[in-house]
Amino acid sequence: MTDQGPGADKNSNRQEVFISPTGAPMNVVQMAEGPQPQDFEVSLESLNQWQIAWRRFKRHRLAVVGTGIFGVMILLAIFGPIIWPYDRLALKPVTHSGGNPPGWMQNPRTLADPFGTDNGGRSVFILTVNGARLSMLIGIGTTVIAVTIGVVVGSFAGFFGGRIDGLLMRFVDFMLTIPFLFVILVMARFFGAGDPIVLTLIFGLLFWPGLARLVRALFLSLREQDFVQAARAVGVSDTRITFRHILPNALGPIIVSATLLVASAIVTEAFVSFLNFGLKATDLSWGNALASSQQYQIVGNWWWAFFPGMAIALTVTAINFMGDGLRDALDPRSRE
Amino acid sequence: MTGSILPVDDDVATRSAGRPLLEVRDLRTYFHVMDGVVRAVDGISFSIMAGETLGIVGESGCGKSVTSLSIMRLLDMPPAEIPSGEILFEGRDLLTMPDEEMRKVRGNDIAMIFQEPMTSLNPVFTVGDQIAEAVILHQGLSKKAAWDKAIESLKAVGINNPERRVKQYPHELSGGMRQRVMIAMALSCDPKLLIADEPTTALDVTIQAQILELIRTVQDRTGAALMLITHDLGVVAETVKDVVVMYAGRIVEEGSVEEVLLAPKHPYTEGLLGSIPSRGKRGERLNVIRGTVPNPFNMPPGCNFAPRCPYAFEPCTQADPRIGDANPPDVACWLYTATATSPTPPRVRPRLDLVEALG
Repeated sequence: MTDQGPGADKNSNRQEVFISPTGAPMNVVQMAEGPQPQDFEVSLESLNQWQIAWRRFKRHRLAVVGTGIFGVMILLAIFGPIIWPYDRLALKPVTHSGGNPPGWMQNPRTLADPFGTDNGGRSVFILTVNGARLSMLIGIGTTVIAVTIGVVVGSFAGFFGGRIDGLLMRFVDFMLTIPFLFVILVMARFFGAGDPIVLTLIFGLLFWPGLARLVRALFLSLREQDFVQAARAVGVSDTRITFRHILPNALGPIIVSATLLVASAIVTEAFVSFLNFGLKATDLSWGNALASSQQYQIVGNWWWAFFPGMAIALTVTAINFMGDGLRDALDPRSRE
Repeated sequence: MTGSILPVDDDVATRSAGRPLLEVRDLRTYFHVMDGVVRAVDGISFSIMAGETLGIVGESGCGKSVTSLSIMRLLDMPPAEIPSGEILFEGRDLLTMPDEEMRKVRGNDIAMIFQEPMTSLNPVFTVGDQIAEAVILHQGLSKKAAWDKAIESLKAVGINNPERRVKQYPHELSGGMRQRVMIAMALSCDPKLLIADEPTTALDVTIQAQILELIRTVQDRTGAALMLITHDLGVVAETVKDVVVMYAGRIVEEGSVEEVLLAPKHPYTEGLLGSIPSRGKRGERLNVIRGTVPNPFNMPPGCNFAPRCPYAFEPCTQADPRIGDANPPDVACWLYTATATSPTPPRVRPRLDLVEALG
């Protein structure tokens, strides 16, 4: 069918529909010249950009699902340990060498041990639920630190430019040349001693440079905008212009990359812990659950690694979808 | 258009007596760029009395906007540099003023209306927030009072239903409406000088007339002085009393609107006037000023306009005429010196349509 097809169809439909009161067919032009509908009150509701973004976000189905899953994970991290507390001594008798398989594998109707147990008889479900808290805390804590530093450094560099910009960005370059992995491993071993707060700080202090670059680039383009000059012409101070006028305009991309930072911090925690450089073995996190499972893989107890691993994969995927939706929703160019 | 909301300034009369409100003396603004130095503004002087109106006319790139940005000190330095000159506002030199004080002058004493209403408002704040910000900043009003003031000033620029508009975001308003908001913002602190930089260029013709009319009314009502920057001689004829014609960073002619439009002296002014289409010239070819503005890195010797000037003669390529060199002194052209051997240029036909606009 050609491009004109649907349009032509619509027109012919219209001409069939519009029949004058006398029954004679009317063409569309006559219709338009006929009596117009009564003047009606047009009330346009004022949507601010957040409301517009929310509308667009809702249309992005995967993002909504992702947000739902992320929300559930957050709730799990907060309330899970209260509902299903971890008791070091609550051990199930172990019948298999690598831990008991999930209860439903024997009896599909039982709710006992849905994720199986580890080799010591601890419920993997409880390990996973309780691990959510630390994993999420580290993910979010890292993001808060990294975003704060990144935004401050990036906005100063971008707004003031010149020497300040050069200095700050050379420092960022330096940070980015550091082999991230080794520094994390070494620092975690040196300062960490398995403390989740120290681990969060280390991540936060290493994660900000990318964000600083992004913020700087945003500021460089935003400060050339007419409204910034207009604000200066009104007598607004530079600091106020930076944080009150430019920052809100840069918030969209910052939020998007912040969500993605949460995901990568969770993954980094998991893998640092997996290498036994992260949290203490007694702290419960998804990474630790994976780490302890690795030694028994050989006996085919897939559930021990599978469920915490799925929790990580699910959360990270959900966050990425959420970030994707936010990117579309907050992009000022995608107005429709 | 609703009126009488903005307070009428009582001392318009006292203000306009005595020395000028704004006096620009030998202002030079240079830009240091990769290829060298651009002399965007190269030694211009003019003044505006309180409550008076001055138009600055010239084609793109002649330094009009740079002049206004220099006055407001909104240029980034570097690359810009102001190697010489004084900008006296109420006797104080804006160029040497500390940043802190300059900020109090901006918006409060001198307000500016920009060319692009579509992008000059911050997209993430409501119109009311943006007007209120200026008021809070300069007049120390409370949030509530500033908000009321914002509504009041929207009403003053002829916006219907200001209580609703004040809560809207820029993207919900049309271009003309946004320019009204910009004007409301500029006037919210009762400035003594209003600089309008091509305020109607981005608007369509019907709205242009309304906005000009609005600027004229509010200027009249508040007694603020107006400096109107435009390339449109029609706009100048309708809006201002005095006019300065700029070419390549220099002032080439100045005088009252009547003098300049009815009896242009400088060949450039003549060319500008001749290039406007008019009813009287129907069917004729439109006159153009042949050639282009000289390359800023390679200015011609002598008069900047000489390469394009139909009357150029020997002195023009040798020395650079300035305002005051010729007789009468308000034109920078060697044709008007006593020693000139060239015939005086034939006058362009008076622009009757522009004359009508003068009223």
